[in-house]
Amino acid sequence: MPYAELAATLSSGLLVTVQVTAGAALLAVVMAVIAGLARSSRNPLVRWPAATYVEIFRGTSALVQLFWIYFVLPRFGIDIGAIAAAVAALGLNAGAYGAEVVRGAIRAVPQGQRDAAVALNLSPARTLFRVIWPQAVPAMLPPAGNLAIELLKNSALVSLIAVSELTFTAQLLRTSTLQTTEIFTLVLLAYFALALCITAGMRRVERRWKIAA
Amino acid sequence: MIFDWNYALGILPQFAPALWITLQATAAGMLLALTLGLVLALLRRCDVAWVSWLTAGVIEFVRSTPLLVQIYFLFYVLPETGMRLSAFATGTLALGVHYAAYCAEVYRAGLDAVPRGQWDAAAALNLGPLRTLWRIIVPQAVARVVPALGNYLVAMFKDTPLLSAITVVELLQTAKMIGAESFRYVEALTLVGVFFLLLSLGAAALIRVVEGRLQVAHA
Repeated sequence: MPYAELAATLSSGLLVTVQVTAGAALLAVVMAVIAGLARSSRNPLVRWPAATYVEIFRGTSALVQLFWIYFVLPRFGIDIGAIAAAVAALGLNAGAYGAEVVRGAIRAVPQGQRDAAVALNLSPARTLFRVIWPQAVPAMLPPAGNLAIELLKNSALVSLIAVSELTFTAQLLRTSTLQTTEIFTLVLLAYFALALCITAGMRRVERRWKIAA
Repeated sequence: MIFDWNYALGILPQFAPALWITLQATAAGMLLALTLGLVLALLRRCDVAWVSWLTAGVIEFVRSTPLLVQIYFLFYVLPETGMRLSAFATGTLALGVHYAAYCAEVYRAGLDAVPRGQWDAAAALNLGPLRTLWRIIVPQAVARVVPALGNYLVAMFKDTPLLSAITVVELLQTAKMIGAESFRYVEALTLVGVFFLLLSLGAAALIRVVEGRLQVAHA
């Protein structure tokens, strides 16, 4: 098969990779913000569940988490299918790493800002959303970009639960054409190109936040 | 279906050889990553522009592409070039190369952090370039980055289940085999998760101890 034809077949898998990564990134952002804020709380009842989530998902392997959600959860009556399991596992995993980024960035905001907000008689919620959060976000963006690339790379794992993304498509194509070197070179280049897109996109976001700050 | 403790205890011994394979892959992979990473970091600082740029490109490429695809690439493409390696050796090689790219960036930060005066002093003492590098610069650079390298050791350990994709019988593959035999995935997969959690929490604690020792040594 010529290169153009291989690339055309692989592009359907590429689309699924982008969709799974985007879905998981969305879940990861939500989880990271919730767990990151919860871990910054002074109330241990809020802090502990978040800490447990973060430690479990950072302490075990992403592939083990994926298999657990895909193979074990259905035995407890939670059968969400391969694509949802993929998005859930990747999103929850990246969210746990993201929570640490959020927590670190919030902690890095100088104490004086909190004191000033108290002096101005701002409510705790207003302090968080109008004073702390806008200052913490620029510090979160560079590590968030790295996590997004890690997430993209981890999306290859979902080929192992038969989600027909880029790596899975490559494996199918390999068994039918035996053009292993060509196929996997194309696949590596495709992931590299996607990673470059993420880097470029994150740079734009960082610039925007810098102007706003 | 609920978690059967007796059954879990019964399958526990089956994981012993798999754990040994996992630890071997991690140790061998890390040894390769530490060595190759240092070479890459030094090449990255090379005065010849094209060597430095080429190295930077290779590091970026390896860091930006999935480990699983790199494992497949080595597993399927190496035999075509006449290199016959076992699945375990291929997987370990992939782990080592992948993490070498990460280690190279860590070393680079460490090398940059060595004060300029150390180079000048070595030059003033008339030490050769290689001697300066190995006896003066590298030891100081490595001491600074041990905690960061330790984090990658834990990360690599958590990536060893990927070797199950090329038939290496490590922890996850063992759990899958037990699951396929008995149709009981709950206990086997949960045990694997617990193994990883315990070992990586243990390793993280160990890194903190080493970090503390190193800080004392520096002070």
